[in-house]
Amino acid sequence: MSTTLPTAKTKRQALGPYGRVGKVVDELDDRLGVAKGGRVFLDKIFPDHWSFMLGEIALYSFVVLMATGVFLALYFVPSTSQVIYHGTYAPLRGQRVSEAYESTVNISFAVRGGLLIRQMHHWAADIFVGSIVVHMARIFFTGAFRKPRELNWTIGTLMLILAILEGFIGYSLPDDLISGTGLRIGYSIVESIPFVGSYLGTFLWGGQFPGNGSIEPRFFIIHVLIIPLVITGLLGAHLGLLVRQKHTQFKGEGRTETNVVGSPMFPTFMAKTTGFLFMVAGATALLGAFAQINPIWQFGSYDPSKISYAVQPDWYMGWLDGALRIMPSWEFAGWGHTIPLEVLLPAVIFPGLIFNIAFLWPAIERRWTGDNELHNLLDRPRDRPKRTAAGAAMLGLLFTLFAASSTDVLANYFHVSLNFVLWAFRVLTVAVPIVVGFVTYGICREMQGVHGIGKRKRAVIVHRSALGAYSTVTADPRPGDGHEELDPEPVPVRIDVAPLTAAVPGADHESSPTGSRQVTR
Amino acid sequence: MSDEHEHEPTRTKVPMPVATLSDEHLGDAARHPSRVEALIALILVVAIVFTAGFGVAFTQNWNPWILGGTLGAGMFLLGFGLTAWGKYLMPQGPFVEERHVLASSPEERSAMSAALVERSAVVVKRRKLLGGLFAIGAGIFGIVAMFPLLRSLGPLPGTSLDRSNWRKGSLLVDSNGRAVEKGTLVVGGIMTVYPNKWEYTTYGEAVDQTVLIRVQDTDLVTAPGRETWAPAGYVAYSKLCTHLGCPVGLYEQQLELLVCPCHQSMFNVRNGAVPQFGPAPRPLPQLPLYFDAQGQLRAQDAYDQALGPGFYERTTTKVDGT
Repeated sequence: MSTTLPTAKTKRQALGPYGRVGKVVDELDDRLGVAKGGRVFLDKIFPDHWSFMLGEIALYSFVVLMATGVFLALYFVPSTSQVIYHGTYAPLRGQRVSEAYESTVNISFAVRGGLLIRQMHHWAADIFVGSIVVHMARIFFTGAFRKPRELNWTIGTLMLILAILEGFIGYSLPDDLISGTGLRIGYSIVESIPFVGSYLGTFLWGGQFPGNGSIEPRFFIIHVLIIPLVITGLLGAHLGLLVRQKHTQFKGEGRTETNVVGSPMFPTFMAKTTGFLFMVAGATALLGAFAQINPIWQFGSYDPSKISYAVQPDWYMGWLDGALRIMPSWEFAGWGHTIPLEVLLPAVIFPGLIFNIAFLWPAIERRWTGDNELHNLLDRPRDRPKRTAAGAAMLGLLFTLFAASSTDVLANYFHVSLNFVLWAFRVLTVAVPIVVGFVTYGICREMQGVHGIGKRKRAVIVHRSALGAYSTVTADPRPGDGHEELDPEPVPVRIDVAPLTAAVPGADHESSPTGSRQVTR
Repeated sequence: MSDEHEHEPTRTKVPMPVATLSDEHLGDAARHPSRVEALIALILVVAIVFTAGFGVAFTQNWNPWILGGTLGAGMFLLGFGLTAWGKYLMPQGPFVEERHVLASSPEERSAMSAALVERSAVVVKRRKLLGGLFAIGAGIFGIVAMFPLLRSLGPLPGTSLDRSNWRKGSLLVDSNGRAVEKGTLVVGGIMTVYPNKWEYTTYGEAVDQTVLIRVQDTDLVTAPGRETWAPAGYVAYSKLCTHLGCPVGLYEQQLELLVCPCHQSMFNVRNGAVPQFGPAPRPLPQLPLYFDAQGQLRAQDAYDQALGPGFYERTTTKVDGT
């Protein structure tokens, strides 16, 4: 008896066992063949170690930067044309300011939500570079950059350089007194390069500093289009290589060079990482709400003949500023030419050297150790004392230079002479990396020799008897103590919430111990 | 149509590894989810309240910190709830995925290399002339492509870096265009001056800016040839730091030092602005001054050197100020 009216039940049945989702998968697979690869992707394993989340912070702060940046770009005017300020901020009224500065003040005070978005953007930028550096340190100290991942290390380093550049250009855009001074210094650094410096300077700025006003729109397009585009492309390559080569992992139960152990992409990792995106964005919004950053309305519009005291650049430029401060005044002048080594060495050659070491490190280490094997298992930093010492020394050097960018503030705060602080930092810049390197090496060797180091200790309770004799009893284990690591298993397709429904014969499980995943590649 | 019931869909068509509730990969929370679920639900409800609160705050145009507080708390808690859901109620590792060798087989590698080498041997190596010509063309293109990228951006520097707007006889004025007379500054006073008509211009502020300081006449240590440059104790130095071009804006009156706040270079005002501390390599160029018939301060001449930081074409000899 054919009934022509389909009921809800017959409709459901017509869709097949997996309902609408199954239908969509079928239709997509007909056209694109997504089922095989898609299934592999859903089962992709992400290691559970916390340190793998550092790169995610960078990724998600970049997302925040894009979102807030689009908002800001709707209101920002990239022009240094001078106008008289007539806005809502009373102390600036009647002052001659640039359009870039005026529009930034307007974003802060006249655009609804503008100040929040501006501060979120600035905070996200600082977090972006910071998380890249910490992520990079994790990669370095665990040897994750080794073959086959050298290319991804190179891409990551490139993104760090671009992020620093993007940050510098970004905070230069509002054309306030402090960023304008930073730009003046930037021009002088460009000018210091022999042979091409003066040309680069006048080409970029459209004439001798401050140029013909073309630097502002040029920096704007570099900041909102060119560098973000390049970073997005590199980011795609970075993540693409990660999927292709799969994650590294720490040594542990059942973990080998030929597998990855962790939690699956869907649903566990997807839930955690999406949640983390919201947490990073939320934390940025909270910082933007409660922690003031770059209050440009207090600084005033840039006027090249004015200057403020005790100003530092954003944190990621601090090491270069520190290097400029402690450099002796060695200028070469002769044969009708000047080479300002006091600028060229700390601000051009030194960062070039540092980044080249970073780029070349995988090759340096391959050469040094003669190790040309593929590595998927990570090192514990203590097991590679020389590498760990080198990395710690580098961080020591950079941090000392970072601290040296506040010589004047330190001298003022501790009531010592600026001369003393300067010389102290000159000595420390040499001494700190050496001491840190040797101490780190020593600690690594020490830790290698101690059995069970790093494991949680079981407490021991000491009893004293009435006679004065002592005895010890090991305390009860705390939660998590003695927790055996499970053997890794393939990702289950289904979790039976009611285990006794038993729609699935156990034989299916056994017949395909690794699921249907293995047949896909 | 009538036999649909005979095709009752089942979910056993594909082999499925199945985890049950007793599975170790489900934590205690996932096996007995009631309390954790309630807690996460509570977090999400609070998140919803905050997120909706952001909408209210925005429509009411409340303070930025209320906007950010509601938005931040809403997003953070939303994320926290989702992450907690993933961490406590979803199956956790260790699950395993096998790596697949990325490297191709030796045959495939050889085939690739062979295709590259053998084909190019026939097509390219036999046509050395064409290959060479194309390489030359591409090389020239690479160079000329730089021209529009660089050359049209801005002017050649020429001698522009060596010059300023100070001329012989330039009248010194402050940023409001007022001329300087003998009584304008007391001893220890300092002001920023520009050549007349260049005050209040970007170029004047950036390049011509000059500090004028009045010091005790007898304190001055004058270099040979500069005896007449500082009438009545008025000395004028370029305000552009010779280190990186920041304005040398701080004056330590007691020590008679000009200090650059950027990198703490210090210049001795009495002694021809010789750098006394910090990374600046050269003295600040000095502007020779005189009082004209009206008693107004003017420049005897242009600066005798390029102002500001060093650059490759900077010479140690005087460049004509005009």
